[in-house]
Amino acid sequence: MKKTHIFIMAIIAVAIAIITSTAGDASVYVSFKEARERASEGNLTKVHVVGRLPRDGAKNIMGLEYNPTVDPNYFAFTLVDTNRIAQRVVYFNPKPQDFDKSEQVVITGAMRNNTFVADKILLKCPSKYVEKDIEGATASVN
Amino acid sequence: MLNTLIGDAGHLSVIVAFVAATVAAYAYFKAGRDRALGDTDAGWLRLGRGAFLVHSLAVVSVIVCLFAIIHGHRYEYYYAWSHSSNHLPVYYMISCFWEGQEGSFLLWIFWHVCIGLILMRYARRWEAPVMAIFAGVQLFLTSMILGVVLGDLKIGSSPFILLRDFMPDLPVWKTNPNFVPKDGTGLNALLQNYWMVIHPPTLFLGFALTLAPFAYAVAGLWKGEYTKWVRPAMRWTLWGGMVLGVGIVMGAYWAYETLNFGGYWNWDPVENAVYIPWLVLVASLHGLVLWQRSRTALRTSFVLVIATFLLILYATFLTRSGVLGNASVHSFTDLGLSGQLIIYLAAFVVLSIVLLVWRWKNIPISEKELTTYNPELWVFVGATVLCLGAFQVLFTTSIPVYNAFLGFIGIKSNLALPADQIAHYTKFQLWMGVGVAFFSGLAQVMWWQKNDKSSLTNTLTVPAILSLLGAALVILLVQYYGHKMDLVYIVLLTTALFGVLANVSMVFTLMRRKVSLSGGGIAHIGIALMLLGVLASAGYSNIISQNVSGLLYSREFDQTTNQDNVLLWRNDPAPMGKYDVRYTGQFWDVPGVPGYVDKQLLYRTADEYKTLARADIKRGDKVYYKAGDTVEISPENTFYRVEYKDRKTGEAFTLYPRAQVNEEMGGLLASPDIQKFADHDIYSHISAVPPVDKEKDWSEVKEHVLSVGDTIFLNDYFAVFRAVEPAHQTAGLGLQKGDLAIQGDFLVYGEKKQYHIHPMFVVRNRLIGRVPDEIEDLGLRLSFLNVDTQKGKFTFGVSTTQKDYIILKAVEKPFINLLWSGTLLMAVGFGMAIYKRRRETDAAVETAPATGTTVRPVQQSRQVA
Repeated sequence: MKKTHIFIMAIIAVAIAIITSTAGDASVYVSFKEARERASEGNLTKVHVVGRLPRDGAKNIMGLEYNPTVDPNYFAFTLVDTNRIAQRVVYFNPKPQDFDKSEQVVITGAMRNNTFVADKILLKCPSKYVEKDIEGATASVN
Repeated sequence: MLNTLIGDAGHLSVIVAFVAATVAAYAYFKAGRDRALGDTDAGWLRLGRGAFLVHSLAVVSVIVCLFAIIHGHRYEYYYAWSHSSNHLPVYYMISCFWEGQEGSFLLWIFWHVCIGLILMRYARRWEAPVMAIFAGVQLFLTSMILGVVLGDLKIGSSPFILLRDFMPDLPVWKTNPNFVPKDGTGLNALLQNYWMVIHPPTLFLGFALTLAPFAYAVAGLWKGEYTKWVRPAMRWTLWGGMVLGVGIVMGAYWAYETLNFGGYWNWDPVENAVYIPWLVLVASLHGLVLWQRSRTALRTSFVLVIATFLLILYATFLTRSGVLGNASVHSFTDLGLSGQLIIYLAAFVVLSIVLLVWRWKNIPISEKELTTYNPELWVFVGATVLCLGAFQVLFTTSIPVYNAFLGFIGIKSNLALPADQIAHYTKFQLWMGVGVAFFSGLAQVMWWQKNDKSSLTNTLTVPAILSLLGAALVILLVQYYGHKMDLVYIVLLTTALFGVLANVSMVFTLMRRKVSLSGGGIAHIGIALMLLGVLASAGYSNIISQNVSGLLYSREFDQTTNQDNVLLWRNDPAPMGKYDVRYTGQFWDVPGVPGYVDKQLLYRTADEYKTLARADIKRGDKVYYKAGDTVEISPENTFYRVEYKDRKTGEAFTLYPRAQVNEEMGGLLASPDIQKFADHDIYSHISAVPPVDKEKDWSEVKEHVLSVGDTIFLNDYFAVFRAVEPAHQTAGLGLQKGDLAIQGDFLVYGEKKQYHIHPMFVVRNRLIGRVPDEIEDLGLRLSFLNVDTQKGKFTFGVSTTQKDYIILKAVEKPFINLLWSGTLLMAVGFGMAIYKRRRETDAAVETAPATGTTVRPVQQSRQVA
């Protein structure tokens, strides 16, 4: 066997190791139902959950809890996933400032005692590029 | 006034640029077709040159038109309206230019034009095939900004689209089709940073530079000239490696300075998309070097040079097609160009693979087997390590693409990026760092000498022993300071030290021979230093803003959770790490005045950019504004003054982390401020402030009836009512003759200093107006409620609010300067290598025989796909 062959085989071995390890590390998008099932099975790997924030009639988000003067590192909210299951979520960090305006929220983390502990929150905000009112547009009409 | 002329001129220029690029590509193709390299059809060549010149002029014209639209605040155009605003300084208008997708494509096109013109002038016999490829790429790129609609097919997105065409549903067009907004929506606040003025052009220049070696490689395959392309491609690759490398680190530095994720690298797909091609580019550079020196690794070089450019295209696809979706914080928005981008990518992938397969057997290879004592072997192994590292990042970053692809063929996939990306990437990239540091040291030492067992042992012993000793010393120090050191960290530390020392020893030897030879060595030292900097600053980054109050607030859990942010009440010091930290107020940037100006010194008016000075604004003896002067401010950013004082040494410094209330972006945008020391940085950013969009909650007004000279307690502070006087700051009230404005003058004794507060009482047209005054420091507001002239009594209302606070996160980053200085060394090394090759012209090609016919197996095909 030539050295080149050994070399190639080593490369292939490393590549396979990378692929399998990545497959192991890759997370999944799940619903809260599945996240609870995983937790009850003792599977504590972190998952992604996509959801929306429940709003009352006046478009205010319901169930936000953040009192920085008591604890700046405790933020709790309720998230409703795509299957309309609501779940209390706790985030041990300050409340992201643009949280109130976000339409869609992606969280990563895992269930712990009936609470979803998030370690990352990704916000999908109404994009800068979405159509919106132009300031002065109404004023100039009359 | 609606001006459609300039947009039409711009759009026309885009079309001309597109057509000219097509003509140039075809003409250059015909000029070189079926002929040997250097033998060209003069007629077609002339046409190609002419067309490319027309293309270049048209591109310049597009840029001029677009910039004129932005600079002239022509908000009838969507691009100006959505990326710029009236108050934007000129240098940020330049960044507006490439904030949008179209502008950044334009930037890329522009650099291709520049490089294309250089090649047209100097490429000589390579001109026709190389320029055919350049013009072909330009054809695709200009099509992205073409903005032409053929039936249902939309080709490209034009930057010259009018607002009314972009948003045709707005009701205003019905009443006034010529409506022009008064102001634009402004540049993304995070991009208002000087790095954003120079980082994108640098990065796109790097992108553009990878096209040149690619074009040479493809031209070589096409013309059957398998070896002579290496020399010119080499120089372009060196330029590309330097510019792209510096560009990436610039981006990292911008993120460090501007974004608040707490570091310089976040493994965001957008960052990875540039990192991957750079790694492959550096690997290809080593392949080219191997061929130049030892007539080996030519096939590898072909594959890697081509892969670099294809990966750049793939990066473009990733960041601009919208495929990343949720996975990235800062990819461009989808402009509906995905189809075009896929065609662009596919066209060049197919072209390259077909050419490679067609010519593969003809590419010369070396038949000699490399032995352990050949430096070539170790360079090759090092390049392989780089490619594997690139492959790993590529494989993970592409996860959203797998989802999109599976969704496209009808399989639902819920695969997500790893939950802890940093841990995931670090796991592999750390070992890549080990490999790079080790092999760069080893190969560099072997490269310049004859190797056998004894000579190799001789030269390697000293650096090896020194790095082991150095590593041992560092490990002891790290443990002395109470940190742990994992085995991988120890390995990386040792190999990186070896990388530095082995390269340093070689550079010293080479300096005696010829300075310009040491470029490679210096670049390698730079890389090894960067690795050490990353190891220290990322591996031992230390959050000093831990909650130290002793209270644990968590309700649901007993375990300690991360408490990485502290609450700082205004003017109340709090202990943090070895510092006492105090938040002392909000400041504005006033153009022309050094440093920042306390908001309490400025009185806001109806125009948010204009304020009145309440007192003299001075720095030292120099008075910049007198009390009562109108002061123009930049109201977007609030700077929060945070004072640090070392408890032991008494050493103090002040940071001004900033935050911007931005409705557009939906909240507060915070940027850190960094105190730099030689051996570490203190990095602080605001994580939250009291809700800014709401009115403050004031307590119920408590009335006090006072005579001049009385003393009262206001919210625990002692205050003296000193006088009633004519009001000073009446501008903005619109007073006329006969109106009356008076103010009370109070002196309040705060914890640290005294404050003047001047509530106003105004009688205008027999109507009474009251202008309250506020001391933000104390959370105190006074209004002048009534005057009883008979008794000489005055009524004041006092209300209080919660004191101002910030929530701060502060991180210590040890030895981060190694990263930045390593980058500079790397760039210097690249520069020296370019300088060394400055006179190696095409004509000087050696006639070394391309030996051997044995077909060596495909070694590098793994990362092409």
